[in-house]
Parts: sequence; C-alpha cells; structure tokens
Amino acid sequence: MPEPTLNSYLLLSAVLFAIGTAGVFLRRNLITILLSIEVMLNAVNLTFVAVDRFRGSVDGQIIVFFVITVAAAEAAVGLAILIALFRHRESLNPDAFTSLKW
Amino acid sequence: MDAISFWAFAAILVIASVLVVGQRNPMHSVFLLIVSFAALSGLYVLLGAPFAAMIQVIVYVGAIMVLFLFVVMLLNTPTEEAPAGGPIRRMFGAGPRHFGAVLSGVFAVELALALRAASTTLPGTDRGTPTPTVYDIGVRLFHEYGFAFEATSVLILVAMVGAIVLARREAR
Amino acid sequence: MSLLLIPLLPFVGFLVNATVGSRLSKSTSATVAVAAMGLSFGVAASVVWSLVHVAPVAGVRALDAVVYTWMQSGGLTIPVEFRVDPLASVMILIITGIGSLIHLYSTAYMHEETDGEYARYFSYLNLFAAFMLVLVLGASFPVMFVGWEGVGLCSYLLIGFWYTKSTAVEAGKKAFVVNRLGDFGFVLGMAAIFATFHTLDFQQVAGRVAQLPAETTVGILTGITLLLFLGATGKSAQLPLYVWLPDAMEGPTPVSALIHAATMVTAGVYMIGRNAVLFGHAPLTLDVVAVVGCLTALMAGTIGLVQNDIKRVLAYSTVSQLGYMFLAMGVGAFAGGIFHLYTHAFFKALLFLGSGAVIHALHGEQDLRRMGGLKRELPITYWTFLTGTLAIAGVPLLSGFFSKDEILGKTFASGHTVLWAVALVTAFLTATYMFRLLYLAFFGARRAGPEGAHGPDPHGHGPGAALRPHLHDAPPAMAIVLVVLAIGSVLAGYVGVPASLGGGNRFEHYLEPSFQAPTMTTIESVLTAAPPVTRSESAPPSESPETEMALMGASVAAALAGIGLASFIYLKRPTVADVLAERLSGLYRLLLGKYFVDEIYDALFVQPIKRVSTVFLWRGVDAGLIDGTVNSVGFAVRGSSAVLRRLQTGSVRAYAMSLFVGVVAIVGYFLWR
Repeated sequence: MPEPTLNSYLLLSAVLFAIGTAGVFLRRNLITILLSIEVMLNAVNLTFVAVDRFRGSVDGQIIVFFVITVAAAEAAVGLAILIALFRHRESLNPDAFTSLKW
Repeated sequence: MDAISFWAFAAILVIASVLVVGQRNPMHSVFLLIVSFAALSGLYVLLGAPFAAMIQVIVYVGAIMVLFLFVVMLLNTPTEEAPAGGPIRRMFGAGPRHFGAVLSGVFAVELALALRAASTTLPGTDRGTPTPTVYDIGVRLFHEYGFAFEATSVLILVAMVGAIVLARREAR
Repeated sequence: MSLLLIPLLPFVGFLVNATVGSRLSKSTSATVAVAAMGLSFGVAASVVWSLVHVAPVAGVRALDAVVYTWMQSGGLTIPVEFRVDPLASVMILIITGIGSLIHLYSTAYMHEETDGEYARYFSYLNLFAAFMLVLVLGASFPVMFVGWEGVGLCSYLLIGFWYTKSTAVEAGKKAFVVNRLGDFGFVLGMAAIFATFHTLDFQQVAGRVAQLPAETTVGILTGITLLLFLGATGKSAQLPLYVWLPDAMEGPTPVSALIHAATMVTAGVYMIGRNAVLFGHAPLTLDVVAVVGCLTALMAGTIGLVQNDIKRVLAYSTVSQLGYMFLAMGVGAFAGGIFHLYTHAFFKALLFLGSGAVIHALHGEQDLRRMGGLKRELPITYWTFLTGTLAIAGVPLLSGFFSKDEILGKTFASGHTVLWAVALVTAFLTATYMFRLLYLAFFGARRAGPEGAHGPDPHGHGPGAALRPHLHDAPPAMAIVLVVLAIGSVLAGYVGVPASLGGGNRFEHYLEPSFQAPTMTTIESVLTAAPPVTRSESAPPSESPETEMALMGASVAAALAGIGLASFIYLKRPTVADVLAERLSGLYRLLLGKYFVDEIYDALFVQPIKRVSTVFLWRGVDAGLIDGTVNSVGFAVRGSSAVLRRLQTGSVRAYAMSLFVGVVAIVGYFLWR
C-alpha cells in the first residue's frame, strides 16, 4: 500500500467534488440535490485540511469551521425554501417549477 | 498503518458518496451521507486535525443531517419515479442530466490535473509536526479571524430568521 | 449712454406687453407701447441735438456706444456697438417719430380686438421698432443684420396677426421666405466683406475701400455689392423679390403704414446709403441698382393703375416709390435717395393711415368699386388724404415735389437720360393712379360694387352695413395723427430745398459726411467733393440753374398731366375707364394680374421645390431611409429577443448547467495556461 501523499488527498477531493456535481445534475429530487451540494462542500473541506497539514498552520481548519457554519445556515434556509415550494406544488421534482419559463 | 486507514476511509467515503447520489429513496441518501461524513472525520484525524473532525461530527452530522432527516420525514416524499424507457435510454438519454454527468467527469479530470500539477513541490506526510490543539485554533480564530467570526454569527441569525419566515404556513 | 435707450425703450415695451399684456387693460397696454415709443423719440431727438453740436472728427461726425463684445474668434471681433451719424440720425427720428404716431393711431384702430390680442399687437409693434432701431444704429454688419432679421420676423408676425385668416398666414409666410432669399445674398456679401477687408465695422470698411480704386470691370467689390443689393431687393421689395409686399396688405393697416411704407422697406435703401463708399467703388453695381430701381418703379406704377383694392394700390405705389429711391442711390445721389425716403415716410404713412380710416369707417370694406362719395361724410380723412396724394404726385410746394425732383434732376445730370425719361413717365403714372384712387374713394356717388367682389374683413358687420348712410369719421386718436402727418407731408420737404430755388439744400449737406470715408479731412467733407477717378462716393455734379428749372418744369408738367387725366376719366367720364378696359382687354388683364409674376414664380420655383420635397425628401429620405433605419433597429431587437428568450427555460437545472459549463471552461483555460 503506497503512502498517502498530499496528492492522494487532493485527488480524492477532486473525485468527491465531481460526484457531488454529478448528483446535482442527475437527480430529480430536490432534497437529494441539496445533499449533493453538501457532498461538494465536504470535498472542499477535505482540501483545506489536507493542505493545512502540509503547511503546518491551522488556518485551514478555521476555514473549515466557517464553511461548516455557512453550510449549516445554507441548509436551513434551503430546506425552508424547499418546504415552501413543496407546499405550493406538492412535488419535489425541479422540473415541476417552470413558471419563469418564457 | 496510516496507509491502510487512509485507503479504507477513502474507499468508504467514495462509495458512500456515489450511493448518496445514486439512491432513489431520499431517506437512504441521508443515512449514507452520514456514513460518508463519518469516514471524512476519520480522514481528518489522520491528517492531524482532531478539532475539525469533532466539529464535523457534532455540527454536520449531529445538526445538519438531523435537520435533513426532519424535513424528509415532514414532507413524506415518495421515492423518485423511475425515468421512462428501457435501461439503455435511461443511461444514455439526451438532456441536461446526462450531459451534466459527462461534464462532471470532465471536471474531475480537470481538477485532478490542476491540483496535481500544483502539488508536486510539496513534501509528503510529515509526522514530525505536532498536532495543533484547540487552544492554538482558538487563539487564531479570535485574533486574526475575529471579524469573520462575528460576521458569521450575524449570518446564522439571519438564516434563522429567514428559515422561519420562509417555512411558515401562511396565515389564513 | 443714452444712445442705448433708443432701441431699449421699445424693447422694454415689448417685454411688458408680451409677458403680462393679456392681463392688462387695453388702455394700459396702449399707454405702455405709445409711451415707450414717445420716450424713445425724445431720447432720439436729444441725441440728434448733441450730434449736431459735435465737431466732426476726420470728416465723420458720430457718437458711439459700445455695449459688450459679442464675438471674438480668431481675427474677428464683433462688439455690439451702436453709432449715430447724420444718416442714422435721420432714420431714428423717422422711426421713432412716425412710429410713435402710428402707435397712437393703432390704439383706436385696433380697439375692437380682445385685450390679449391688443397687447400682442402692441408687443409686436414695439419689438419691430426696437429691431429697426438696432438695424439703423448698428455700427457693423452683424449688428445691422440682427436688426435686419428681426424686422423680417416682426413683419411676418404682424402680417399674419389675424392668424385665423388663411390668406394672412400665407402672406406672412411668403414675406418671410422671400425675405430669406434676399438675406442669403446679404449674408454672403457680409462674408465676402470679411474675407476681403478683415473687418465688419462700417467705418473701417469704408476707410479700407477708399484706398482702392473704383472697379471698372466685374471684380470683388462688384460681387460684394451685388450680393448686398440682392438682400436689399428682398427687404425693400424691388425686382425680383417684391412679390411679398402686395400680399402683406393682409396685415392691419397701421402695420402696412409703419413697416411696409415708412420703415422696414426702407432698410435696403438705408443699407446702400450706409455703404456709400463701398457702392461708390463699384459703378457697375450702381448701374444695376439704378436700372432695377427704375424698372421696378415703372412696373409697379403700371400695375397700380388698375388695382381695385385700396391698400393694393398703395402697396404698389410703395414699391414704385422705393424704386425711385434705388434709382437715386444708383446714380450716386445718396442724399437724394434718403431725402425721398424721409418725405415718403410722411406721405405714405399718411395715405395708409387715411385708407385705414376709410376702412374703419366702412367696417372693413376695402374694394374701391364699393366706395364713393366719402368726401362729405369723412371730412378729416378726405382733406388729409388729399394732402398726401398731392405730395406723392409731386405737386410743387409739398414735400414730395422737392424730393422727387431732386432725384429726377440728379438722374438727368449724371447722364442717364433714358432712365430719367422712364422716371418721368412713372411720375405721370403715379399722379394718375393716386388721383384715381382719391376720386374713386371720395368723390361721386356711392357704388354698390360688382357681384362677387370681396367682402369685408373680420371686424365687419356684414356687407349691408357698409352701405348705411351714416358713417363716423376717424376717432380722435386717429384724426390727430392724420393731421400731424399731413402737416409733415407739406413741410418736411423744406429742409432740402435745392440751391436753384434759393434754398441751401441743408439736408444734403448735413448727410454728406455719412457718405464719405472717414479718412477725409474736415474741409473736404464740407464741399461737394470732386470725384477722384470715375463716379465714386460723391454726388453727381449739379447742372446749371437753367437746366434745373427746365427739368423741374418737366416733372411738374408730368404731375399735372397725370392729375388732369385722372380727373377727366374719373370725374367727368367714368365710362371711359370701362371702355378702355374692354378695348385693351389683354393689356388690362395683364396689369390686373400683376404681370402674372406670382404665377410664374409659383410654376418655376415653388411647385418644383414642393415636388422634390414631397417625393424625394419626405418619402424617400425621411420616411424611407431615416425611419427605416430607426425602425429596423427596433425590428432587430425584437427579432433577436424572440430567439434569445428561449434561454429562459424556467428549469433550475438548465441554469445550473450553464453555470457549470462556465466553471469547467474557466478552469480548463487556467489549466492550459
């Protein structure tokens, strides 16, 4: 088993981010889309912490701290919007919300 | 020992994330995401960032995922309907979904290349560096990042109010 | 300086009546306007008084007043400067003096208008006076041009005063457009002067021109003066641009009196007089001026012989008398031309105002064929009108005799025998048609006029009213003015009694310095200087007293012959006129139709221009090209937006997709760098 280098962490992070992005496009359920976004955020966190380790500072972790906070806020608001939308349309399929169509 | 842990955690993380994206039932997706977060925490510990790991578990898993769970249960959503057509059509059908998937793949490659190119100059895992303690983090947080800290607390307040307003049932 | 007050006072009058006039009572508006003119006259008189006592400097006697520097650009500096010299002094006295009288007359004549219209009338009249004063007081071409254009504007406004009448509106437009053609010449002339002499001040130009020899062939000076003369023909209604003046009679009669008799139309004559040195150096142009003036006089005289509208006769008479003035300028008798301008102002204004009194009494009737026998019923009007008619016919002892005679004398003396003969014939015609007018209007019995003749004007009470036996003569405001002008028509000529009759011709001598270049010495300016090379800035040599007496006799004979002919036909045998008209019906129709000049102009110029404008410029360029371009911009936007709006699919995923594509592209770009 090769030793994990910074490269491996970064590659892992890239893969995770791509998975999240794919999820945003592929899923037809709003909740799952939000979850995919969380995955993307986590990928970014991983990058920060990994680089942090190799630079010997703690700034990365602090940034992670903020990212998690912001993710929490965003999840809360996003879910509230989602609930409002659901009440309106009784569906969680993003294709159901096309009233801004030309 | 570290190598094995790394690969194990990495494997769990990736598989769980793929399943999050692939599962049909949102409840299943949420649970799988929790699993991936756990794996991620493990990776943080391996990277010598115990504070980040604990924050991840407590806040992310304990609060955010619970919130997701509540919402999923509240909305009582049905499982996502299956797309029309046979398996081939489902896989290779036209439309933004599949284009998006392909594009994500491209993006993954791009990122990998980009990050890789930048990091050849950095050294590998250094076991000699002492792990930063919560004290260190705290000092930096409240000195250099004091303003951001306060701003974030305002942000949370705003989000709270916003969430309440948005999700409120309209008064009849 | 008080010089500035002269045009300023009427201008203030204009401002008052224009802004708050509609809220003032008629007597207030009138008082403002008349007072402005009267005060201006007072100031003018005092200025002239001080002028007379100013010693001439370098042969020039003048008072200056600079207001401010209007333009300064490159080598060109134009200050707003007013200068009064003998020539200008005569003009300002005429303008303010006769102008005040006409303002006074108008207070009664226009009394039937509403308050607002009344004030508007007086505001325009005051504005006109202000501009005319600027014209004559201007010390340089541009300032004069401001006045020149301004009086053209006021003429348009006043001709079309009763703007609900379409004929009046058309007449106003015609006047303005025709004037514009002349102004075109004036502006070009002005530009040429600047290009040649690098100055636009009258005295400086005169000084520089005097150093050049007179041109014997067509050169730059001839060109400049011809252009300026073109402007003069427009403003002063000579051939070929006289066509607006008869139509201008659509305006109120006092307007015709002031603008189209006494002042504005004389601007062209004044302009030549102001540039006497310049014109003196271009003898070819002077020949053109003389011939044009003479021909115009003859032509207008013949037309006036058969016209049936009282104001039209007077209009053509004005054109004819202006022709005399230009004839005088053309033979070098600048002072003579101005003298006739001065006497003409009196009797022509008198004649117009008298006709106004007639029209007023008849409630708007203007057709001679429906008049007659007014001598008994309108005595004041009759006697003053008679005075004016005698004056214009050139009967001895009245002003017209002296001025007209001087012109004829100088014409003969300068060797233009043919022109003299034509002018003599015209004098005969003048007497004839003027007395015809007098007899038809005032003598005999009242006629009912032919069927279908043109009815009365806006403030009439219907055709029947005009035939009512009891008519009221001119009200006091109008009567006073008529009497004053009549006295003036008699006495005004006495300032210019020629040497041969025992007078010293003080008028001519007074004006002499105005026609000289400023570099001449004091002594020379007093004498009637001998011309340097060919006929330049001085008057033609005087003839021997015997010849002068003979010439005078000839002109008196012509006048008396005309009076005799008119008396014979219209008093004794009225049917002779109709018989003549039938026998010479072709000629009669030609004259009645004013030689069809208007129709010719219409066909030659107006219709083609209209056609080009409509088809090419309007439909082709404006609607097609310009509108098309603007509209096509609109269509382009609409078309492209119809396509582009399909981007708004309303699907969140599509939007996210576009975001993502962008991200991939950017990262890829940085990767490749």
